[in-house]
Amino acid sequence: MEENDVKNRFKAVVIGGSAGSLSVLFEVFPALNPRLNVAIILVLHRKYSGDSSLSDLLSTKTSLPTKEIDDKDPILPGHIYLAPADYHSLIEKNYSFSLDVSEKINFSRPSLDVTFESAADTFGPSLVAILLSGSNDDGTAGLKTVKEAGGFIIAQKPETAQMPYMPQNAINNLEIDLILDSKEISDFINMLNQ
Amino acid sequence: MIEDEEIDLLLNDVFEIYGYDFANYSRASLKRRIIRLFALDKFPSFAELRYRVRTEEDYLKRFIEEITVNVTEMFRDPSFYKVLRTEILPVLGTKPFIRIWHAGCSTGEEVFSMAILLQEANLLKKSLLYATDLNPSVLEKVRKGIFPLNQMKQYSESYIASGGTKDFSTYYTANYGQAKLNEDLSEKIIISTHNLVSDSSFNEFDLILCRNVLIYFDKDLQERALKLFDESLGVLGYLALGSKETLKFSTIQARYKQLDKEKIWKKTM
Ligand SMILES: C[S@@+](CC[C@H](N)C(=O)[O-])C[C@H]1O[C@@H](n2cnc3c(N)ncnc32)[C@H](O)[C@@H]1O
Repeated sequence: MEENDVKNRFKAVVIGGSAGSLSVLFEVFPALNPRLNVAIILVLHRKYSGDSSLSDLLSTKTSLPTKEIDDKDPILPGHIYLAPADYHSLIEKNYSFSLDVSEKINFSRPSLDVTFESAADTFGPSLVAILLSGSNDDGTAGLKTVKEAGGFIIAQKPETAQMPYMPQNAINNLEIDLILDSKEISDFINMLNQ
Repeated sequence: MIEDEEIDLLLNDVFEIYGYDFANYSRASLKRRIIRLFALDKFPSFAELRYRVRTEEDYLKRFIEEITVNVTEMFRDPSFYKVLRTEILPVLGTKPFIRIWHAGCSTGEEVFSMAILLQEANLLKKSLLYATDLNPSVLEKVRKGIFPLNQMKQYSESYIASGGTKDFSTYYTANYGQAKLNEDLSEKIIISTHNLVSDSSFNEFDLILCRNVLIYFDKDLQERALKLFDESLGVLGYLALGSKETLKFSTIQARYKQLDKEKIWKKTM
């Protein structure tokens, strides 16, 4: 892939994480460029539902506006969106969110696959999908769809993951574009559209 | 891959032949559900799915059941029910009659939760609970009042978290893996199909609940439904939405005041 190509074609980054991913985000978030030009959509498996303090906690780690998704929220560049507990987060063609309470996927709601797949349909080649630490199968099928739609896929370097299973599963089954540690992840995101 | 244009054709068929209008549903969810049904029923091509929907009325029934999302729970979001219990029902209790509308009630878990709250507040006798949905199959389940027994442990926990103090198992009889809710809870429930897309207001209510239904609509259809609720609410009536839904961007919002934390609004004029 051409250097220039990577830099300018992206609109959104979807980050999916499960067990052990919070510590990665605590390193990535403070390093993000405050003038970021892409939207970041974060889908995390959470232990406790009904707990919205996670977005408050994450917002203390970055100067970028951070919010938990409400139904039909528009997706704006330079904003960070956190998928709420107990809903799947879907993405509409007009760059807004729709929430969904349908069945759990991979024992999870939110499911990473659901958001990856929906984002792939809307953003196609202008999407980056990143899969972080976890001990679950979720995410691999979604990354596959992102890739098929022309998007760019990244897995956390399993040696650096508290729970290497989830990124390793993607690496074993897919042609991952990049395998990165947390510092490299923030560098990569900061380089998009600059 | 199913193309967006194919979805348009299919939805157009469903509207022209059967009168169900899904054009203003959230497209992302609808598309996902259609792809899921396509895979579940192992269609060799999209044209065959379309043909089956066009020609078989029974299959249309399955189509509606599968593309709408019917997932529901008793006492979902216990803090919401706690506010109903402690703040809303005491106000409604001062009226001679209480009329409640559950719009998009699915299989009825929410309606029965409300019936339990009303019974505990000694208000059920003077209440009527209208349970409506566009999907006749889910309403059959409301009529039966039978739910899987293995859910009851979680419902019991949510019931207690909502401020319930009884032994939750006194509200049902267990039989062969099923829990049949007590008959007296059903006595005040009125069941009917009602489509928020095309049907109009049919009564005046003191409380309308429409939770996790608007998320399946686009903004225009959300506005239509909210106007319908506005027409159907008496002054000082309450409107309750799902935990991620809002009337903030609606034209009706000027007449409503939100309660502290929960997604409950009071009609002020
Ligand atoms: C996710 S369930 C919500 C059930 C319940 N209110 C709750 O919060 O647990 C959504 C329900 O909305 C119903 N629904 C969808 N479109 C509708 C429409 N146009 N009119 C009435 N009900 C509709 C579906 O059939 C489904 O039962």
